[in-house]
Amino acid sequence: MLASFSAEMLKLYKRPATWVLLLVALALSQVFNYLVPYAGYLTAENERAAEQILASTMPENLIPNSIGGFPLFAGALALTLGAISVGSEYGWGTLKTMLTQRPRRLSVYAAGLLALAVAVLAIVLSIFALGALTSSAIALGQSEAIHWPSTAELARGIASGWLILMTWCLLGVMLAFVFRGMALPIGLGVVWILGVENLIVNVAAALLDFADTLQKALPGVNAGSLVSSLGGGSDTPGVNTTVDGTQATLVLVAYAIVFAVIAGFALQRRDVT
Amino acid sequence: MGHVILETTKLTKRYGKRIIAVDSVSLTVRRGEVYGFLGPNGAGKTTTLRMLLGLIRPTSGTASVLGRAPGSPQSLARVGALVESPAFYPYLSGRDNMRVIARYAGVPKKRIEDALEQVDLTDRARDKFATYSLGMKQRLGVAATLLKDPELLILDEPTNGLDPAGMADMRALIRRLGSGERTVLLSSHLLGEVEQICDRVGVISKGRLIAESTVEELRGGASLLVAAKPLDRARERAEQLLGPEHVKVLDGTLRLDADPASAGRINRELVGANVEVTELRPIERTLEEVFLEMTDQKGESNVG
Repeated sequence: MLASFSAEMLKLYKRPATWVLLLVALALSQVFNYLVPYAGYLTAENERAAEQILASTMPENLIPNSIGGFPLFAGALALTLGAISVGSEYGWGTLKTMLTQRPRRLSVYAAGLLALAVAVLAIVLSIFALGALTSSAIALGQSEAIHWPSTAELARGIASGWLILMTWCLLGVMLAFVFRGMALPIGLGVVWILGVENLIVNVAAALLDFADTLQKALPGVNAGSLVSSLGGGSDTPGVNTTVDGTQATLVLVAYAIVFAVIAGFALQRRDVT
Repeated sequence: MGHVILETTKLTKRYGKRIIAVDSVSLTVRRGEVYGFLGPNGAGKTTTLRMLLGLIRPTSGTASVLGRAPGSPQSLARVGALVESPAFYPYLSGRDNMRVIARYAGVPKKRIEDALEQVDLTDRARDKFATYSLGMKQRLGVAATLLKDPELLILDEPTNGLDPAGMADMRALIRRLGSGERTVLLSSHLLGEVEQICDRVGVISKGRLIAESTVEELRGGASLLVAAKPLDRARERAEQLLGPEHVKVLDGTLRLDADPASAGRINRELVGANVEVTELRPIERTLEEVFLEMTDQKGESNVG
């Protein structure tokens, strides 16, 4: 499986789309966590508001700033990564090339998942690293004291961020295997992340008891609650306090397992035509 | 004659209740031969090959590839396959595509340059696959099949879409690869190609294997063409000599199922019956004629 893993890593590393997704995730994170707030700070009309805005960009807020966008926009990008990595194998016909070499189907599949897990971790670490650089630059520029989160908090933040993005990535992988393509999984996945969950939470849950209960089991809601448990403000889109951090973690782990099992089952059982 | 390297027994693939893509195909490929799997488009060739590689599960029947179950790591490790069009990553160079395949196959990196050299692609190996011509893509596909130095090569329509020069190159390459101990299973709808390259042929039509033998056996023995006047008298005399079932009239000439060595005797007999013989020569049936007879699809064949 190690040889297949290195093949998968080579494919991901050399693929321009992987780097585009990483750059977009980094750019969005920088713009909405640091650039826009800093511009707001510079143009704020009263000193108290300016101080609050500046405080939000400081290194002590590195964790919520880094993973605040994971339930929505970074989640959509992770789903896209999962969907293109699998879906394009169908589009280019390369699945048959992979599966006629030597390893068993599930071995190739496991190697692919492992490579995606590493890629998602690299995205999370990059967002944290660039956030750390920018926030410390702002703090130094404004002569503010620098307080970093503890190592344990940082590790929990990175692990939680990875779990959230990996869950969305696996949803993309599962949809790509089920629909044997790329476009439909990305379309459906992004509509779910950015639209359907919002409608259930903000419209249906207010009207129906059933929907109010259902929202506690949705992946996006649990991702938002996990971010909230790590200090994310509920004014950030997608972040909420619907469930506690432990439940959110368990629900996301369960989703990740279910998505991975369904995807593996689809690959193992179906003909490659 | 080599021992059996690939065998199927009543291999069948159904899609739903109505579509039978492959119907009870039993074929045998022996070590060291170039086996032509011949049939028109849609006959079931690719579905059969996919079953032999474990990409498609048969509905019923069995298959054995190098003594193992199709698609098992043990059989795939010794098989190189190019199924339908060559499929690679367009954003990778030819060499990087080979590196990916080599890693999946678990073969050393040094095999990559050997394989690229065998198909004459070393000079363009740094270019992206997306920029390759169809001929180069096909050659890269063959190079990928060679990475494992396989005992069995499965090539599905490898000359599809190539220009005449590209087809000639590819056929020469296949002949070279099929020399020695290596076995080649070549699927094609091109009769001339199979006739030129293959030792034995399996003919598939509408999902069924309708013949399996050497090319020579399939074509049958040579016959004699006779142009003569008057034709009726010539026919009458020929039927007396050979029997009516061995004489046919075709395009104003006689076709006699007779050993070409008997041409002199037949000529004497016809002349003796006051027939003027203007032409008498041996002819061989082409594989195309045989194929069209077997599949009974004159005028609607996709086979060329």
